Amino acid sequence: MALRRRRRARPVLSTVVTGGALPPPSELELSRRAWRRSRARRSTLVALASTLLFAVVAYLAVTRSPGWPRVQTTFFSASVALESLPEIARGLLVNLQVLVVGGLLVLVVGLGIAALRTLRGPALAPLRFLATAYVDLFRGMPLIIVLYLVGFGFPALGLQGVPTSPFVLGTAAIVLVYSAYVAEVFRAGIESVHPSQRAAARSLGLTHRQTMRIVVLPQALRTVTPALLNDFVALQKDVGLISVLGAVDAVRSAQIQVGQSFNFTPYVVAGLLFVLLAVPSARLADAVTARARRRQQSGSLL
Amino acid sequence: MNVLELRGIVKAFGDNVVLRGVDLAVDEHRVVALIGGSGSGKSTLLRCAALLETVDDGQVLLDGEDVTDPRVDADRVRRRMGVVFQAYNLFPHLSVLDNVTLAPTAVHGRPRAEAVEEARGLLARIGLADKAGEYPDRLSGGQQQRVAIVRALAVRPRVLLLDEVTSALDPELVGEVLALVREVAAQGMTIVMATHEMGFARQVADTVAFLDGGVLLESGPPAQVLGEPQHARTRQFLARVIDAGRL
Ligand SMILES: Nc1ncnc2c1ncn2[C@@H]1O[C@H](COP(=O)(O)OP(=O)(O)OP(=O)(O)O)[C@@H](O)[C@H]1O
Ligand SMILES: [Mg+2]
Repeated sequence: MALRRRRRARPVLSTVVTGGALPPPSELELSRRAWRRSRARRSTLVALASTLLFAVVAYLAVTRSPGWPRVQTTFFSASVALESLPEIARGLLVNLQVLVVGGLLVLVVGLGIAALRTLRGPALAPLRFLATAYVDLFRGMPLIIVLYLVGFGFPALGLQGVPTSPFVLGTAAIVLVYSAYVAEVFRAGIESVHPSQRAAARSLGLTHRQTMRIVVLPQALRTVTPALLNDFVALQKDVGLISVLGAVDAVRSAQIQVGQSFNFTPYVVAGLLFVLLAVPSARLADAVTARARRRQQSGSLL
Repeated sequence: MNVLELRGIVKAFGDNVVLRGVDLAVDEHRVVALIGGSGSGKSTLLRCAALLETVDDGQVLLDGEDVTDPRVDADRVRRRMGVVFQAYNLFPHLSVLDNVTLAPTAVHGRPRAEAVEEARGLLARIGLADKAGEYPDRLSGGQQQRVAIVRALAVRPRVLLLDEVTSALDPELVGEVLALVREVAAQGMTIVMATHEMGFARQVADTVAFLDGGVLLESGPPAQVLGEPQHARTRQFLARVIDAGRL
């Protein structure tokens, strides 16, 4: 079945003037616009100046501090940075793999848990209860503890076929925790769809599954995309935690090099790489959030 | 023959017993108007008939089959009924055309091309052929409700259940929706409609049923129920409606 996607383009104002061009602006409107422009220019200048002033003060404070020369060589050494970069970048590939595999799994598991939590009817109470318990457990437990328990506990069982690779176990721990968060995001989205939409779908003869797939989830997804992207940004840095299990990722290779050179610069390099990784998704999340807000209040001022 | 028959329908929400044994028989090609005060249970009754609520007692019979039997597949039964609510009928993420073709293709398994052709025909009949590609929020409320009615008709239901389909509309849009209901009725569709539009009920309905205190207090031809009501409660209700200028 080829359901057509919703078109994105929308008018900025909810009341669309149909036909004919906009009349030329009046004197009054022109003067208002000029005033707004000058105000905007002034606030930009003020913001720029104060930022610059703060930066200069901070810079002077740090570089004039007695410990700065030492800090500079142990944390910001250009030669150590260059030397450590290739290894750390190779480690970052491991993080990226965890991110992609884990991210996809989180979407699937999170959606499944959310679907279980929104089931109605007494017969399904046990499933609902299990799903709720899962969310409570893994939303409450610090990720690092889950990593330790999964990463060291599972191999200790000595079971046949249980993977022992820190990559696999680390990914599993991350998926366990993030699925709980994402399930709650999905659930909020599912519950935000007006109940009449469900009734309308069921009255057309759609089954519960069809109603979810064709009517509820597409609408829910649209409302939760900004929240999902924010969780993705958080996930991007948390994949660095698999290093505690010994997976040689960006953080772990930085650690190794710190140990060899007694210089902390590799940590800074790894940290900056993670920031670089996060910036595009953070901007994307901002853009999507802004668009969702525009769609909700097209035309209104506040 | 009765297309739809309700026998002793009881429905409660917690302690709130909304329906206390409602009987209603709807003959083929007939239009029944369900009237009653706000909160009297009109919507609840229609939702029970559409199997959107589980009844606490009584039976719903569709073409003589007891569809409240738990062994009956409710999804299959709902395919044979069309329902239109007060608002939020259309799926906002689907185009008008996809709204109309959804059930014929996804539920009834008809080929998409065939469903699209028929949907375009239906939309043309209500003068909305050029809106087929639009999304519901670009349509007026009246246009949306007309599309919702056409969507319900696209599965060729045995009975059409309408729940105050005009009460969320601006007065100027009510007429176009009622005109469509009138046309659908004239073509022989069996209809049960909850409505506050007494004038419309008088013209179009074969039977007017007054719901009060969880039972159908009286029902009969419009001239009788609206013109010479037997019960004091009915007279009170109609007097209130006349005061509100809706008769
Ligand atoms: N899902 C529900 N849960 C709890 N109570 C409900 C539910 N649906 C309806 N009710 C209650 O049932 C009663 C009848 O409601 P219903 O919507 O059927 O009335 P109505 O006749 O359609 O009124 P209106 O003319 O205002 O639409 C009301 O007291 C309402 O509060
Ligand atoms: Mg109602």
